[in-house]
Amino acid sequence: MNPQSNQFTSAMTADESAPAAPSEDIPELIIEAQKGWIPIHFGDLWRYRELLYFLTWRDVKIRYKQTVFGFLWAFIQPFLKMIVFSVIFGGLAQMDSEGFPYPIFVFAGLLPWQFFSESLSRSSNSVVGSSSLVTKVYFPRLVIPLGAVGGCLVDFAISFLVLVGLMAWYGIAPRVGILMVGPLVVLTVIASLGAGTLISALNVAYRDFRYVVPFMVQIWMFLTPVIYSVDIIPEDWQWLLMLNPMAGIVDGYRSAILGKPFDWSNIAISAAVALVLFFVGAVVFRRIERRFADII
Amino acid sequence: MPAPAIQVDNLSKLYHIGASEQYHTFREAIIEVASAPLRRLRNFGRASSSDSNIIWALKDATFAVQPGEVVGVIGRNGSGKSTLLKILSRITEPTEGRAHMRGRVGSLLEVGTGFHPELTGRENIYLSGAILGMKRTEINRKFDEIVDFSGVKKFIDTPVKRYSSGMKVRLGFAVAAHLDPEILLIDEVLAVGDAEFQNKCLGKMDDVAKSGRTVLFVSHNMGAITDLCPRALLLTRGSLQADGSTPDVVSEYLSVATPDGYVDLRHWKSERSGDGPMRIEAVEILDSKGARAGQIQAGEPIRFRLSVRGKSGAKCNLSVAIRDMMERIIYNPNTSDDKATVTLPAERAIVEVSLQENRLARGDYSASVWLGDAMNVTNDRVHHCLKFRIEDSSLGQTRSKGLVRTNGQWSVQRRGL
Ligand SMILES: Nc1ncnc2c1ncn2[C@@H]1O[C@H](COP(=O)(O)OP(=O)(O)OP(=O)(O)O)[C@@H](O)[C@H]1O
Ligand SMILES: [Mg+2]
Repeated sequence: MNPQSNQFTSAMTADESAPAAPSEDIPELIIEAQKGWIPIHFGDLWRYRELLYFLTWRDVKIRYKQTVFGFLWAFIQPFLKMIVFSVIFGGLAQMDSEGFPYPIFVFAGLLPWQFFSESLSRSSNSVVGSSSLVTKVYFPRLVIPLGAVGGCLVDFAISFLVLVGLMAWYGIAPRVGILMVGPLVVLTVIASLGAGTLISALNVAYRDFRYVVPFMVQIWMFLTPVIYSVDIIPEDWQWLLMLNPMAGIVDGYRSAILGKPFDWSNIAISAAVALVLFFVGAVVFRRIERRFADII
Repeated sequence: MPAPAIQVDNLSKLYHIGASEQYHTFREAIIEVASAPLRRLRNFGRASSSDSNIIWALKDATFAVQPGEVVGVIGRNGSGKSTLLKILSRITEPTEGRAHMRGRVGSLLEVGTGFHPELTGRENIYLSGAILGMKRTEINRKFDEIVDFSGVKKFIDTPVKRYSSGMKVRLGFAVAAHLDPEILLIDEVLAVGDAEFQNKCLGKMDDVAKSGRTVLFVSHNMGAITDLCPRALLLTRGSLQADGSTPDVVSEYLSVATPDGYVDLRHWKSERSGDGPMRIEAVEILDSKGARAGQIQAGEPIRFRLSVRGKSGAKCNLSVAIRDMMERIIYNPNTSDDKATVTLPAERAIVEVSLQENRLARGDYSASVWLGDAMNVTNDRVHHCLKFRIEDSSLGQTRSKGLVRTNGQWSVQRRGL
């Protein structure tokens, strides 16, 4: 038995002593064709929260089981990316980094971006990849992309540790702005969930969609100020860039981490777009969801 | 009478078949949006039904199941049994009609749903349990029982990819068997595993049936259905053909004797497998006088005549399986055992097999035919293509309850001290 499964078992048995859930009244359920746009059933999602936990846990576990470096990979990967980007864009291309050391400047942007792009590519295949579940058992299908995004949160958390190390290395002391990281993380998750649910559903309905996704992610990255600074765009036109929700978010992380002033109007635009994206993703997902088992 | 646990009213499900309409491509969708933006938006996410083949997998099914009732669902392949369970378990939604479920629903449509090969047996029990709707505390409580039932205790911390397929089935069934919802929907999951384990599963099913839960149980195993379910539903091409006591429904399902003892298999699709170059084109059943007959007198020789098509000079093996109403094979004459491999004399040939000794008891039977090449590779197999009845016109009633008839030689002697 490997140590990870030990850990798993003890986690499992931890609430053995907890009392069993009180039995509810006999639930009634009416099954019929639903019409129009279907709202999200939050109660149902809540009831299946343990499944969400298990799917996330499975994703993380499988991923680390399969890569050579296992858990270490999650540390190494963002670090390597930062080095490569620093050498190419900071060193060779001499990109402006608003007066900060380029490595930490780019890492502050990579942090949310990595999470977002990983979430996108993972969730895009998540539903199609779970076809044997979708056709054999009922549960709120939203759990699947949620689980995929949840799995990425673990990597995200690890990247944060790398960030702390980098800040120490460059002697950047956190300011009050660092408190904004909390709300920004929430925003990043909202944007990722929006894009993730949207794409995972479209992937079921349109089988050629998955060829578009990697390309889309690439383009999206260039439309996001990860390797460059927002300042290269004239002040009057920045709002246009902010229609990409990740643009405002990435810039927000830089302010929070590096202590440069926040551009609240930019963040507000991006936050609004992220919320819209979240809403659209959920609605489209719900719309296509009921056909999942038939067409997958 | 209490409210029914399952109330189904005019439930129907329409499927679109024809691959092109099934998966839209994104490219097509873009073109469609560009050409007719409004219409497309209105129909967004709906299957477009225009010019595609449609099939009513379930049509106007209406029935009610009382709490605690155990009901079998039978029917040919493709008759809509799984579709019914999928609708009732909310995997797919009905096209028309509605169902009203009173009680928590648990469904078992496949053994080992959600198993991941990389995870250990222990981990998979939790994963599969959660997927089937069990709470973590519930799984903790039942964990040892599940492991004991599965009989794979030694391998519980081994990744499931190292399991034999039988072990996987055992573990999967063990998890599912420990679900306890008020309503349980089970689709043909017992057809796997070895005989010993199947019996164990049936035993467990029996416990479930007696525990007062409402159960819908799909199976092709008439024996199991008859044992477990007092009541049965028969589906035929999506419609509810019969609903009543299991013996009646089962005999309705199996007894429809093929009129005049002949079937043309050239365009036959149901329960057919194998796509080799050699085909069975027709099957006939002949009585002792050589006439086609759907009914045979008990004790009279039976002859099957198979029309076979293949390359002239090709060698082939044939087999006929005669099953009773419980799906038990009674006779299974085949050319391999009889050392009678056939060489086709022409492209079309007629092969006959006669059973001189017919001990079939009175009742209804079905014949399935199989055609393979010299190496016994299946070319064509058709299940249940021919139905026939054994009649017993001897005066009075036959008292034998045996599967087959036999005449005993009885004698009596004075017993010495
Ligand atoms: N997702 C789907 N898309 C299109 N057609 C489908 C789909 N699922 C089922 N069908 C069709 O619906 C019909 C009923 O299928 P169903 O699986 O309910 O049969 P069944 O009675 O369970 O058969 P079996 O005994 O083989 O399990 C079949 O003709 C099948 O081809
Ligand atoms: Mg089926």
